[in-house]
Amino acid sequence: MRTTLKLGLGAALALSVSAASLFADTIKIAFIDPLSGPFASTGTNGLHQFQFAADYLINQNGGVLGGEEFEIVAFDNKISPKESLIQLQVAIDQGIRYIAQGNSSGVANALTEAINKHNRRNPDDRVLFLNYAAVDPALTNDKCNFWHFRFDANADIKMDALTDVMAEDDSIKKVYVIGQDYSFGKSVAAAAVRNLSAKRPDIEIVGNELHPIGKVKDFTPYARKIVASGAQAVITGNWGADMVGLGKSIVENGYTGPIFTYYAAGSGITAAFGETGKGVVRLVGEGQTNPPVSDAAADYYRAFKAQYPDGNVDQNRITNVVGMLAQAIDAAGTADDVVKVAYALEGMEYDSIWGSTIMMREKDHQAIQDVHIHAHTDEGITFTYDNSDYGIAVMKTVSMASADAPTTCEMKRP
Amino acid sequence: MELILVNIIDGLVTGLLLFMLSAGLTLIFSMMGVLNFAHASFYMLGAYFAYQISLALGFWMGLLIAPLVVGVLGAGVERYGLRRVHQYGHVPELIFTFGLALLIEELVQFIWGKNQMPYDIPDVLNFTAFAIAGNSIPAYKIFMIFISVAIFIGLLYVLTKTRVGMIIQAALSYPRTVEALGHNVPLIFMGVFGVGTALAGVAGVIAGPVLGTFPGMAFVLGSIVFVTIVIGGLGSLWGALVASLLIGWITTFAKSYNLAMSDVLNTLGIATPENLDDHFLRDLWTVTSPQIADILPYILMVLILIFRPYGLFGNRSA
Repeated sequence: MRTTLKLGLGAALALSVSAASLFADTIKIAFIDPLSGPFASTGTNGLHQFQFAADYLINQNGGVLGGEEFEIVAFDNKISPKESLIQLQVAIDQGIRYIAQGNSSGVANALTEAINKHNRRNPDDRVLFLNYAAVDPALTNDKCNFWHFRFDANADIKMDALTDVMAEDDSIKKVYVIGQDYSFGKSVAAAAVRNLSAKRPDIEIVGNELHPIGKVKDFTPYARKIVASGAQAVITGNWGADMVGLGKSIVENGYTGPIFTYYAAGSGITAAFGETGKGVVRLVGEGQTNPPVSDAAADYYRAFKAQYPDGNVDQNRITNVVGMLAQAIDAAGTADDVVKVAYALEGMEYDSIWGSTIMMREKDHQAIQDVHIHAHTDEGITFTYDNSDYGIAVMKTVSMASADAPTTCEMKRP
Repeated sequence: MELILVNIIDGLVTGLLLFMLSAGLTLIFSMMGVLNFAHASFYMLGAYFAYQISLALGFWMGLLIAPLVVGVLGAGVERYGLRRVHQYGHVPELIFTFGLALLIEELVQFIWGKNQMPYDIPDVLNFTAFAIAGNSIPAYKIFMIFISVAIFIGLLYVLTKTRVGMIIQAALSYPRTVEALGHNVPLIFMGVFGVGTALAGVAGVIAGPVLGTFPGMAFVLGSIVFVTIVIGGLGSLWGALVASLLIGWITTFAKSYNLAMSDVLNTLGIATPENLDDHFLRDLWTVTSPQIADILPYILMVLILIFRPYGLFGNRSA
């Protein structure tokens, strides 16, 4: 009994030592996002995209700093800000210098504050925050700090691009704004009203309403109001089941105009919309999937599908996060001194595999990039989503959207 | 005016769907005294099974087979689960059905994943039946109305006109006497449970394509079904029907018209306070009917419990 225990202990010790030496040369990125609970599918899909980007872009091409590889370490935050802070501490204790997170701006707000505090108190083991999807504008305005970098276009930039495209369409005279009753839904509605009244004062906002999030069984009454209002366009920030329910219901009840959305693709939504969404659903976002911009982009997508047949590359910016970080580490010549890496990231111009130049704006660490308006369709789709016949294809592009948008960010640099 | 007609139809669809769920639940309750928390989960199973079957055999086979499978599953749950737990009293039964609801939800997520399933309206029914002032009424909704009305008439006929129905009704009030007369009461219980869950299955099959087939679909309907049977009167089929329609219409109309509380109060002769922003009743003044539409059934339930505790059609003395 005693000897087996000793043997076991010895083996475990040996394993841990060899494991440590094995991974000594990797640069770790902590991925803190929901991997269980209701948003697990989004989180897991994001993790796969991170792991794939690290392997395909970096590790298979000789790594960074002449041979060091990227390793994505997953932490489950159950989409709770409190849990995220615990996981952040665990990651820091493991010596991880790079924190990636995206789902929920609430979590991002908590993390950016905690990281700012940590870096001030512990100058010896500072960390960087790579925000790949939390779009609350405050993160690069009032709440900005030197350690936070946002690679997605924020909610205001997206709405700006969206309304640019809407403003060009003279047939749109009446717009209906509807969203989920919480902070994001409200900020989408506010941005929509602000932008439309500035760009097209003649457009009438015929409805501006919020519905309970995740509790609506049947969207028919809302759809009736939208149809009755005579709206020629609908704007919504809905996601998940609320997006599908609202979209399908509006179309089934006689609406024929476009529905402008943020999150109406991937995670089963594209498949669920199917034929119903064709010619109706419009999506604003970065990253061009269809038509593929180059052979390299097409190869990337095919290789991803080969590894994850059930997944989608629906967060193209993740590729940019990994690519830009690698370029910054190479430029800085170190992965340990994150201040140097951060300075290298600032102002960086990076050519994304998805066809846009990404400029990491110096004054607020907001990535400026091409923002596209996509259409949900089955025509001209090279890479479909959800293994259905449908995908999203670029209709219009706003190049380097909101490059000169003002920011209230006053960054303190170390 | 036209919109009222459209809303009446929409409310009817919602109400009848609710009826199919609550009919089974109220039958099960009146018979066995078991509040089946897993009832909405059988509704979800109906939708998922039908989706799976429709992939291979088409929508209509799904409509036929899925409720049967759900019914057999339900009967199995009664025979091998509830019946064993029954001897320990009502609380273990409640806990059993509650656990079952959680189990089914996890199981569904395990097998089909967390994404919404692309379960769609069959092409034959995917057209606009007619339009009222620009508001189209999909043919599928008409189909839903017909299915639910047919089920109601069928149930009513079986329960009131056939021998089986009479035995069931007798077993409702005097199970011991019925047993003494040589009828197999446990078998009747199992049958009722099976039929009740199969009804929930039918509701799932026809609601899945319009309300979405996703793991949360049981949860969003779960509590409202209980409200329905409490309002209608536990154990009453007519009560379930009336309460379902009432809830369907109340919520539909409340959501369709932006009735503001301030307008209502103003009409009643109460003036809006001047500095509303820091008024202590601000929330009350700014509330609109779509915001409270989903809690109206619960308010109705509270009122019913206060003034008519046995429900609209219940005959149980309070």
